[in-house]
Amino acid sequence: MTTRAESSRPVSEVLGVPPAAHKVRDRSFVLLLGALTSVALIVLAVLLIDTAIDGVPQLSLSFLTSFPSAFPAKAGIESAITGTLWLMGVVTFVIVPLGVASALYLEEFADNSRWWNRIIEVNIQNLAAVPSIVYGILGLAYIVRGPLSLGRTVLAGGLTLALVVLPVVIITGREALRAVPPSIKEGALALGATRWQAIWRQILPASIPGIATGVILSISRAIGETAPLILVGAATFVAFNPTGLDSPFTALPLQIFSWISQPNDEFRMLAAAAIIVLLVLLVLLNAVAIRLRNRYQQRW
Amino acid sequence: MQKRLMIAVVAGALAVGVTACGSSDSSSSTSSVSGAVAIDGSSTVFPFAQAAAEGFQAENPDVKITVGESGTGGGFEKFCAGEIDIADASRPIDDADEVPVCKKNNVEYAQIEVANDGVAIVTNPSLKMACLTTDQLNQLWKKGSTVSNYSELGDGTPAGDVSLYGPGTDSGTFDFFTEEINGEKGDTRTDYQPSEDDNVLVQGVEGDSTALGYFGFSYYETNADKLNLVGVDGGDGCIKPSVETIQNGSYKPLSRTLYMYVNTASLADKPQLKAFMNYAVDNADESATTAQIVPLTAEQLTTAKDALAKAEGS
Repeated sequence: MTTRAESSRPVSEVLGVPPAAHKVRDRSFVLLLGALTSVALIVLAVLLIDTAIDGVPQLSLSFLTSFPSAFPAKAGIESAITGTLWLMGVVTFVIVPLGVASALYLEEFADNSRWWNRIIEVNIQNLAAVPSIVYGILGLAYIVRGPLSLGRTVLAGGLTLALVVLPVVIITGREALRAVPPSIKEGALALGATRWQAIWRQILPASIPGIATGVILSISRAIGETAPLILVGAATFVAFNPTGLDSPFTALPLQIFSWISQPNDEFRMLAAAAIIVLLVLLVLLNAVAIRLRNRYQQRW
Repeated sequence: MQKRLMIAVVAGALAVGVTACGSSDSSSSTSSVSGAVAIDGSSTVFPFAQAAAEGFQAENPDVKITVGESGTGGGFEKFCAGEIDIADASRPIDDADEVPVCKKNNVEYAQIEVANDGVAIVTNPSLKMACLTTDQLNQLWKKGSTVSNYSELGDGTPAGDVSLYGPGTDSGTFDFFTEEINGEKGDTRTDYQPSEDDNVLVQGVEGDSTALGYFGFSYYETNADKLNLVGVDGGDGCIKPSVETIQNGSYKPLSRTLYMYVNTASLADKPQLKAFMNYAVDNADESATTAQIVPLTAEQLTTAKDALAKAEGS
């Protein structure tokens, strides 16, 4: 009888009502977390609004289709946009095959009990955290000068940026491969597929959305990198579009950097406008990445 | 999916490249010279070089000029390695560090003056400082200086906690100021706020009621309403920098000449470089006005033209 009566009592009676002090502490903790989050968001909002106030009035079609100029009213970012597109083309071309191949090797073939494979793995993790300016020094010494001696060209700039983001592509690529359930591969192998067939026909196609997301996010990091390009020695006044891989170039972040350091206020307004263009490009890229992920993500 | 995206990106980039190529071909009829000219160096000279390049390209659309701004030192490094045609410089080439590199790489060059510049000493408007002698500046800025209140500098200087702003070590302005005021390039007290971006220095001085700083004259000119300009007494009384006092050299010792160093071998080989240099010197006045820096005097212009003619002849 007593047990039955007890079991029908409401939970709060059994466990006791939490004291009011607990509730207050609970609330205040949530409030504190909310306040801390909003600090970051407010800073971001202030930055965006400040940039928008300066930059939006400068945005026009002629701003997008003019070359840089000593006269703020005539200056534009056409060569910076085309330079950035060229650079991103080179970066994509380099990081996709290299990144996917490395991820495949490390995930599917590398024997983790061998010391060299462990060293490669640790180093790739570390490389992802190396500041981009260090890659700029590397690019200057080995790509612009030294063994490759490409000069200050689109190809040299693109290769340097590719180095900056390659470790991230490899890491995200591995994660995408790992997300494919082992049963898929095992099933393929059990049906008589070779290892290569299992990877090429089953694992790789299933992991493409993940890999693509990683690549796009890497490109959106590369698109905003300034330090490596400054170190490589890219010019900031380039009043023509790149004509090929061996052509000199400038890029959006370089143009912004150059304008911000001018004494004339009007150039800083132009920099704000160029920042908006860069932000729009970034948001577009990230939107594509999110769409890819949502659309092709498979639930196993 | 990824493949298609990649193709789209590359195709986009190529399409842009091809259209750019097409448009430059179609306009080739107006000019006789073509080819590339690579310029790099001082960010103080950059606006001048940019204005000259822009004006020249309007007449010669087939010449592809690139102008970088990696600083006077960075420019000379590339110049002496033979990587660029013209080095923009806010000081003469360094005999000890840079000339030997040029010699080693067989880079011969000519020094052409293109404009003038002054280093302005400024304070926050609430620190009413009218004038400093070069000795006082030296006391304030020398290596290991312990001056902590401006009143320690002696007669007439207002009281206020010392708070200093100046350019960072990569800047030609830094080299110039430390050499002129402290006797040796790079010698300076280190407890000051450095920035490679002069706009940051302007903002720093503007927001700090006892701040004193130095930077390029053009940065003072565009922010004159927010700053107090300090005159400098180099022995002949107190002179404030202005276009006149910088041009006639009476703003001593902080006025200087800005240069372009041109590779003479390239000058002989590349008609487009020769055409550009002549344009730059002939239109130096106009480019300086556009760039908002102090133009050459008539006398300096003659010197520049002679130097260029001599370089072309050699």
